[in-house]
Amino acid sequence: MEAIEQERSGIHPARYIDDQHTASFVTSQIDRELLETRFQELNPSKEYTRLEKILVCSLDSVIKASTLKLDDRVGLIIATTKGNIDVLDTEHPFPKSRAYLPEMARAVADFFAFETEPIVLSNACVSGALAVATAKGYIQQQQFDHVFVVAGDLVTPFTVSGFTSFQAMSDMPCKPYSADRDGITLGEAGACVLVTSDRERTDATSMELVGEASCNDANHISGPSRTGEGLFRSIKKAMTQANITSEELGFISAHGTATVFNDEMESIAFHRAGMSEIPIHSLKGYLGHSLGASSLVELVVGMHSVANNTLFRSLGYEEPGTSHPLAVIETTTPKKITTFMKTASGFGGCNVALVCKQLSNE
Amino acid sequence: MNNGSDILDYCYISKGTIWHNGAEWFSKEELPFKAFMKAAYQQRGISYPKFFKMDRLSKLAFMASEVMAAQTPFQEETALVFANRASSLDSDRKHQHSIQHKDAFYPSPAVFVYTLPNICLGEISIRHQLFSENSFFIFDSFNVDTLHPYCNHLIATKKAPAVLCGWVDFDTETEYEAFLYLIRNENIPTHYIQQLYEQHHDST
Repeated sequence: MEAIEQERSGIHPARYIDDQHTASFVTSQIDRELLETRFQELNPSKEYTRLEKILVCSLDSVIKASTLKLDDRVGLIIATTKGNIDVLDTEHPFPKSRAYLPEMARAVADFFAFETEPIVLSNACVSGALAVATAKGYIQQQQFDHVFVVAGDLVTPFTVSGFTSFQAMSDMPCKPYSADRDGITLGEAGACVLVTSDRERTDATSMELVGEASCNDANHISGPSRTGEGLFRSIKKAMTQANITSEELGFISAHGTATVFNDEMESIAFHRAGMSEIPIHSLKGYLGHSLGASSLVELVVGMHSVANNTLFRSLGYEEPGTSHPLAVIETTTPKKITTFMKTASGFGGCNVALVCKQLSNE
Repeated sequence: MNNGSDILDYCYISKGTIWHNGAEWFSKEELPFKAFMKAAYQQRGISYPKFFKMDRLSKLAFMASEVMAAQTPFQEETALVFANRASSLDSDRKHQHSIQHKDAFYPSPAVFVYTLPNICLGEISIRHQLFSENSFFIFDSFNVDTLHPYCNHLIATKKAPAVLCGWVDFDTETEYEAFLYLIRNENIPTHYIQQLYEQHHDST
């Protein structure tokens, strides 16, 4: 949070695989030593993969802060796009069976002795935000009283080579919505939130999820819709459920991957939704694109944005570069905010919109 | 007491055989998966060339949904809530193989795009023009007790008029299984769904 407040990016130069097969590029990664130190403080008794360590560390801080007893009323949803995909490499020390997501989930859930079965959600780049909507559904159905939602994804040769083959990677730190944007920067992240119906468990950064919707584009498995259909419909539904007007939205934390087509698609969807003038940012310029984790990390930053009454600059943005103008936040500025919307879109044509509102003082 | 007749339709595929609403609809046990799917495609009289570009998980999901759609076309907002165990590992292994050796490095976008389990939801959405809620869950085995409350939530909150739900798992050439069912109200007992699944799962 401190880095974002100071407009510092975590993106740095890196080289993956070898010189022959990938161009130089930049990525935002979790520091190895920092992760290891933090993880060893939890006194693990077994070996864990890098992603499992990230998930455990993220969960640990939220579980401790909640003081909840992990009984049969407490659920766990793990959102990830690729999970332990790095173990498929023949050089990896872990058995390949660890690539099965239930094995990863079991390792993470058992670390904390969760009583309920962990639920894994793997829905491409909307996984994290969709998991929050799903948690609310389970609470409304009285399946659980509280749900921990944790999300994580790694930067691996697997994803780097794949996105490179798509020619979707930028050689420079990504520039969401900017005219000279030319692709994504991959990043890695872990994030965790507690979704609860118990008002007593909330604190100063907690918000109410007042609208949530997801909708498929029904158009293409890897290309964004030319009309922004799925995103537009997700926004419409989430806003109708939230029962607020777009003028009441303090800002939009959008997906903004910085590919030419994704950002263009978003501008069309926001234009159709009458939201062209709502302040908007993408946090990918700070954090890179952490696939399934990205939308949960960005939701958390959005909540801090509201708690601190600050609009965060959309890092990397210079010149308008979408056919429909957007009110991209160009400088970090104080502003009284009570409501924001988080959107995300992903391969498979999936889209999600979450509307969050500050808790009233009742 | 609801006897489960509100399940409009269901389909089960495993070991070279496709069952529709409990009856065997098509069987080619001797064929490898790819040829089995092509034979079922022809039997169903489908004309959809994109089918042949799909990975094996998407072909399996697509075929199960085709068999069901023939009886009851889906509504535009019919949600898709699928689950499996192996995620997209079949395509993941293929992509990993293409990048494992530096001197034989040939990653392909046509393979990489299928390294996500929810791509099959996108394929079905495109085929039937479904603008709807999509979720892909991962469990150790078919878990109706966890899937069902989420489907009920979608119907109860009017996020979807119906849900095409179930299990679509493709791990290896011989280890694959699909069990899809369509629900449109909140009254279907989970034990009935579990029973339908087990009848097929245990007998194949």
